[in-house]
Amino acid sequence: MAIDPVCGMEVDEKSTPWKRPYGDREFYFCSPGCLDAFDADPARYAQAGTPRIATRIPSSHLRIPVAGLERPDGISRIETALGALTGMKRTAVNVESDLVEVHYDAPTTATEVVEALRTAGFTPGVARTRFEIKSVYCASCVLFIEEALKQRSGVLAASVNPAESVADVLYEPRLVDVGSLKRAIEEQGYAVAEAAAPTPTGLEKQEHERSSEYRRLMRKWWFGAGVSTFTMIFSYPWLFPYLRDLLPRGSEQLRYLWMFMGVLTLAVMAYSGSQFFTGMVRSLRHRTADMHTLIAVGTGVAWVYSTIAVLFPQIFPAAAFTEVYYDVTSVVTALVVLGLAMEVKAKGRTSEAIKKLIGLQAKTARVVRNGREIDIPVEEVLVGDTVVVRPGEKIPVDGELTDGASAVDESMITGESIPVEKHVGDEVIGATLNKTGSFRFRATKVGKETALANIIRMVQDAQATKVPIQRVVDVVSSYFTPAVMILAIIGFVVWYDFGPPPAIAYALIVAVTTLIIACPCALGMATPMSLTTGIGLGATHGILIRGGEALQTTKGLNAIILDKTGTITHGKPVLTDVVPAPGTSLSRDAILQRAAAVEEGSEHPLAAAIVEGAQERGLTRAKAQGFNAIPGHGVEAVVQGRPTLLGNLKLMTDRQIDVAALEPQARILAGEGKTPMYVAVDGKAAGIVAVADTVKGDSASAVRALQQLGLEVVMITGDNARTAQAIARQVGIERVMAEVLPQDKALQVQKLQLEGKKVGMVGDGINDAPALAQADVGFAIGTGTDVAIEASDITLIKGSLKGVVLAIQISRATLRNVYQNLVGAFIYNTAGIPVALGVLYPFIGMLLSPILAAAAMSFSSVTVIGNANRLKRWRPKEVMP
Amino acid sequence: MTPDQIGVTVGGLAAIVFIVWFFWMKKAPGTRAAALSSGYQEVMILVKGGYTPDVIVVEHGKPVRLNFRREETAGCSDTVVFPDFGKSALLPTGETVAVELLPQQPGEYPFACPMGMFRGRLIVE
Repeated sequence: MAIDPVCGMEVDEKSTPWKRPYGDREFYFCSPGCLDAFDADPARYAQAGTPRIATRIPSSHLRIPVAGLERPDGISRIETALGALTGMKRTAVNVESDLVEVHYDAPTTATEVVEALRTAGFTPGVARTRFEIKSVYCASCVLFIEEALKQRSGVLAASVNPAESVADVLYEPRLVDVGSLKRAIEEQGYAVAEAAAPTPTGLEKQEHERSSEYRRLMRKWWFGAGVSTFTMIFSYPWLFPYLRDLLPRGSEQLRYLWMFMGVLTLAVMAYSGSQFFTGMVRSLRHRTADMHTLIAVGTGVAWVYSTIAVLFPQIFPAAAFTEVYYDVTSVVTALVVLGLAMEVKAKGRTSEAIKKLIGLQAKTARVVRNGREIDIPVEEVLVGDTVVVRPGEKIPVDGELTDGASAVDESMITGESIPVEKHVGDEVIGATLNKTGSFRFRATKVGKETALANIIRMVQDAQATKVPIQRVVDVVSSYFTPAVMILAIIGFVVWYDFGPPPAIAYALIVAVTTLIIACPCALGMATPMSLTTGIGLGATHGILIRGGEALQTTKGLNAIILDKTGTITHGKPVLTDVVPAPGTSLSRDAILQRAAAVEEGSEHPLAAAIVEGAQERGLTRAKAQGFNAIPGHGVEAVVQGRPTLLGNLKLMTDRQIDVAALEPQARILAGEGKTPMYVAVDGKAAGIVAVADTVKGDSASAVRALQQLGLEVVMITGDNARTAQAIARQVGIERVMAEVLPQDKALQVQKLQLEGKKVGMVGDGINDAPALAQADVGFAIGTGTDVAIEASDITLIKGSLKGVVLAIQISRATLRNVYQNLVGAFIYNTAGIPVALGVLYPFIGMLLSPILAAAAMSFSSVTVIGNANRLKRWRPKEVMP
Repeated sequence: MTPDQIGVTVGGLAAIVFIVWFFWMKKAPGTRAAALSSGYQEVMILVKGGYTPDVIVVEHGKPVRLNFRREETAGCSDTVVFPDFGKSALLPTGETVAVELLPQQPGEYPFACPMGMFRGRLIVE
């Protein structure tokens, strides 16, 4: 065996296709990647001779700074929390230096130790970062990088995942910085990507588990389906022309074939049907009976009965009872497994909200250190640093403006569409976008403290608190299964007491066949078939439904919260009114034309609305000169030779322009939630132009439709109560939650939920994300931010509130279809129960036979499939305006 | 009726009673507190004509934070008492008040208003 000089793996020199002569030696490689690395710098690897193979030290030792040790029970709590981990050897807590020293063995990892401290309620002073490493080709490269990282002081743990090419480092930020970690990797000869790799969320893992779960179920289904076809045919050979002669009823050959079938069916139960039996044990522990219990009891009893019938036919009172129900066992198992697979598929994508939120963060910050502006990774910005932001850049962290002024687009955090003017002393929020000016600010909140980090945490917490809803089939089964058991017992008692001899045999047959027929094979498919169709139906109407659960919950909604900005309204200011001053010689158009000309050169957030408004009205552009912006007041310019002013009341008072005649008008406009601005020409008041965020055309009718569907409609906004009321009146909403801080939106949703309501939330901004995740069903406007879409359960592509109405209608139609399916799945089997109980026996001497059970199975399956297909023809109902 | 028939009948009836008791006569399981990123197991409780939810399930050995929110002005409910933890908290109307506990031993711990008109249970597993 040769050693790969690059990665240190053992390579068989005879079989490897990758080799290279260098100097007087031949080198062998494990992969083309290592060969390329060698070719790039052969001298380095050839010289190194035998590569360094690092051995893992089995016992590890960590010193972690921990905050919050001073509380009285601190030491004992840490010791119990860490003692619970496997392989823990010794823990020492030093309260004075805030250090916890831990000695432990594998399999415990440093990450687990840190997690354990966190769950015990302490704050470990540990940071975690992930580097994307280019050119990691082989497993052994991993060890070099890990060792190199671990040798840096301050690094607690490092692990490299070659599949993802990502190094995950746990470090103490007080002792080591990201740059030196990066250098440590680069010194080993590996390139590191500039940006830190995003932390994978549990959701990603979940996604992976789901797809493998689906594949596993599908394998189970194919196996079950194969055996089912076989058992379906050979359980009734007398129905098939050729087999009839080959395997006559009651013959020895048939008995042996049935024995073989019994073994095959047992395999189906053990492999395809294993989850029903483990599920039954689980639900019995909780004293409930769910779908798994019903299927496990039915298929299990059918198999045991059939096996006894094949092995000991002589104990049965008549030959008719010695036929087998193996087909019931295998067909039911296969079809319910198929239903489970469809259900897994219908669960849909998991949310990537967290990943999207992390992606919003600025990657670097320009910080003033030692009088120089330097670019550093955003993780290394400290509280108190002076940060420089230029126009068009993202603000890296939260802070307070110290120098300069600008307009900042905060819509991603606050949802308010109009950029906010910032002056010295104002607060700026990380991840928001600086629009016009450049400024400096002092960082006040960094890392986990920032507003964005808070939103991330709130979304995570809201997702953690969501309780999965109980499946409809499980609810039905929790009543049906015990009821069937009781019926079987009654049947047993009645036949034992009053039946013909041999009483015990008949009583057992009746009880067992009752349990067999009660097991409906279409049960597993009833829900997922309709839900899948319903999700497809949504997609054709511009509504993306994330999964069957969302569809199911939507039906039960009885309150809906609508975010104002961007949901009810367009989320963008537009020109609404032009009011000429009494006695002015200027026309409306002339006022607007002048206002637009003044605003043309302005970077003020509302300027664009006025300019666009003028263009829409087909006004030609007037020429303006001598443009001058008066921060916080307005703008002035000379338009067509006449000095023109545009601004707020303060500007007019400062310039001693009498606007008293216009003030009542301005108040009315403000009362309607609009922003009025005064226009003055030649030092005299000329009129008012007003801009506002206007209501979408169909919002009012959508609100009415929602109310007609029986939902309580609530509006939520961060805006002031007056503007909020004005909009609410326009669309007919009575309950308004105004002046709600972004971080409190989720709380408002929770409050409604505590009133016992199932709450839907419609929103579009990042600030809505926690509330969308908290709500029973979150609806995101498709024109909104990615984060909102990811945090929600349903996305309305068209951006209209009508979509909410449609989604509710679709969910109601789908759930109605589900109930019909359940009836279809149960009805034939339930009809079979009296037959199995022997109600017909006194009249025509009939008891349940395998062929009857098979008929019930096929009828219920056809009914369910047919009914679910009927849903495809559903058309939306127009709700009366 | 022969003795064996009587035996089977009685046995059958007993089995039916057992099934009914086992599946349908169990207590409501209560609300499980969610483990949040803060390390606490948190749950929000509405105080309005009673505690909603009134049965809370948590794991032992991990800190618990119960966020009480009182939405009424009735007299008694303005205080909540946890006798086993020796803790009580004032609940002003319309404010969210967090009560933090660290249950070490599994068991059932009641909480109530001072006069015992409202009652709830904390089940520690």
